Amino acid sequence: MALLQISEPGQSPDPHSHTPSRKLAAGIDLGTTHSLVAHVADGKPVLTAGEDGAPLLPSAVQYCADGTLTVGHQAQQNAISDPANTITSVKRLMGKSMADVDHSVHVTYQLITAESGMPLIRTCSGDVTPVEVSAEILKTLKRRSEAAQGGELQGVVITVPAYFDDAQRQATKDAARLAGLNVLRLLNEPTAAAVAYGLEKGSEGIHAIYDLGGGTFDISILRFSRGIFEVIATAGDTALGGDDFDRLIVDWISTQAGLAIATPSAALTAQLLSKARAAKEALSNQDAVTITIDLSNEKSDSTSWQGTLQRQTFDALIAPLIQRTLRACRRTLRDAAITTADVLEVVMVGGSTRVPRVRQMVGEFFAKQPMVDINPDQVVAIGAAIQADTLVGNKPDAEILLLDVTPLSLGLETMGGLVERLIPRNSTIPASRAQEFTTFKDGQTAMAIHVVQGERDLVDDCRSLARFELHNIPPMVAGAAKIRVTFQVDADGLLHVSAQEQTTGAYSAIDVKPSYGLAEAEIETMLRDSITYAEEDMESRRLKERQVDAQRLIEAIEAALDSDGDALLAPNERVVIESAIAALKQAISGDSHHAIKIATDTLEHDSADFAARRMDASIKKAMAGHTIDEFSNDSAAR
Amino acid sequence: MAITLTAAAAQHIKKSLAQRGKGKALRLGVKTSGCSGMAYVLEFADEIDATDQLFTDHDVSIVVDSKSLLYLDGTELDYVKQGLNEGFEFRNPNVKDSCGCGESFNV
Repeated sequence: MALLQISEPGQSPDPHSHTPSRKLAAGIDLGTTHSLVAHVADGKPVLTAGEDGAPLLPSAVQYCADGTLTVGHQAQQNAISDPANTITSVKRLMGKSMADVDHSVHVTYQLITAESGMPLIRTCSGDVTPVEVSAEILKTLKRRSEAAQGGELQGVVITVPAYFDDAQRQATKDAARLAGLNVLRLLNEPTAAAVAYGLEKGSEGIHAIYDLGGGTFDISILRFSRGIFEVIATAGDTALGGDDFDRLIVDWISTQAGLAIATPSAALTAQLLSKARAAKEALSNQDAVTITIDLSNEKSDSTSWQGTLQRQTFDALIAPLIQRTLRACRRTLRDAAITTADVLEVVMVGGSTRVPRVRQMVGEFFAKQPMVDINPDQVVAIGAAIQADTLVGNKPDAEILLLDVTPLSLGLETMGGLVERLIPRNSTIPASRAQEFTTFKDGQTAMAIHVVQGERDLVDDCRSLARFELHNIPPMVAGAAKIRVTFQVDADGLLHVSAQEQTTGAYSAIDVKPSYGLAEAEIETMLRDSITYAEEDMESRRLKERQVDAQRLIEAIEAALDSDGDALLAPNERVVIESAIAALKQAISGDSHHAIKIATDTLEHDSADFAARRMDASIKKAMAGHTIDEFSNDSAAR
Repeated sequence: MAITLTAAAAQHIKKSLAQRGKGKALRLGVKTSGCSGMAYVLEFADEIDATDQLFTDHDVSIVVDSKSLLYLDGTELDYVKQGLNEGFEFRNPNVKDSCGCGESFNV
């Protein structure tokens, strides 16, 4: 008898299984201006720094005429010299048609409309889609994380704004696939921030996540209860962020310097933006900043301009934008039917919340000190990393954020019409389980996989979801083939079942929507029945298991009789075995598991001698013509 | 219907629950386990469902879901040391046969 240890709820180990090694995962914050990647090491989230030692990767990609490209800081710097081929803020274009793109936003590169109506970016190395540009950023992050963790990533969590629509989410997934990443889940940015602050470990209640990034503003009201973060209201502006602060400074400089802002050259625009960004960042720590603009390449009276921007002036410039964010906050609270007094915590996310005026006005609005302890640029990536670590299976299920659960168990039919449950009911989704199955008959080359849903032990009492077949299993003796069946339920509740034969790789799969056409009342009935009929189910399971075992034994012995019966058995011995088989066949057709058990034992007993003789014979055959030395050499060499 | 504990098992469960700092009871159960038969579930219980059966022995609360109880009725849980190895052992009268290592069983 094996000795057992007490497990955490839901974590009882499967028999005969071994603890898998730690899987590598990462969380990616794919931002408008900056992107980050983080992972969990020794239970703590860490940001992965790039070659330059900084974790922030500017979301900038430069395409060069020779077909090469640069990503990150280098590209951002080159934006000044080569603005037409350097793509920034591509997140604003993700999943949008040309008609949806906000043309009030300055871009330094040329957008054209593809035949599909989708935007394309014209660069010197050809036209590229926003998805392709995003994929380049993701590839860089993937390389970084894999170098830091020393292995291939099993999966990633990528964050998206809470109100990204399906097309925008799909575009993000497409970019990830193009970058060779397996997306475990797209996580809403506010939820990631809440996870980073460990709000799921605190008390139940309502939290506000104020996220002012480079290009987008999001306010999300999350309700945390019974382990679930629910976005109860969200609002924002996909075209409002720190970039707009920069542009206000650009406009201010242009006015101050008397530049013709109507038609600035691309190089000047890029220079102005870069100087404005530096000024904004400086004003977070000081009261005034001196700005110098190089005008030597411009048709201008002077070769340069210099001015001083006071923090007060800057605060006044951006106040209308902050007011806009607060109006969205007020609207969101109203949608959620709550007041600021109901909000337990306000979490600040996004680099732009470093601006002192933003913190101050948000604090006044909610009448509480906002949470700013975690670097606001990194908080989303940290939350994503924690979630990725959990989803890839490095943590007990109990700690998974319960976003949704499977209402009924999902499983498949095994011999005898029994159900083998792979994903138990109330499993958090996305969920993925795999189990190995084998063949029942010698030389079996195909397997039918019947996917069922329900809590009962017999297939007949469960709901049939789908059937498919796996062919091209190489002929082997019964029980030798290894067929790995994987059940995956994605975040949308879609079930993907695949079966793969392990030696040849023969593969077959199917997709089903388990909740389709299933009413609440039916689920309830199915659950109630599973309890009501528990005893009957146990009896039938016991009977079916015995029948299957007996059938397997009969098949094995009959096959053995066919091949070796004449050579190894005297006629009277053969009769004994054959009559035991006949007796067992008789018992199988009855419904007494006890009778089957007795007949099975008798057949096993009667055929034991025959089995021993077969073993001897096959060993003799294997050793014939060899010397003992050969065998000992063999074993020494091993 | 009953589930019982030996004194050694009860003592070890109390110690484990105290170390963990949370958990209302010890959950026993069975689950199907792939190739053959059933496997035991031995977990801390943070939640007790309406369909769970509750037992108390040696001041330790034990919960068993009503379905598993059919396979476990009469079981005595012991805590034993076998050489360097120590752990819980299910003495389950319903078991007809088990696999070689005892991790899975049939009723």
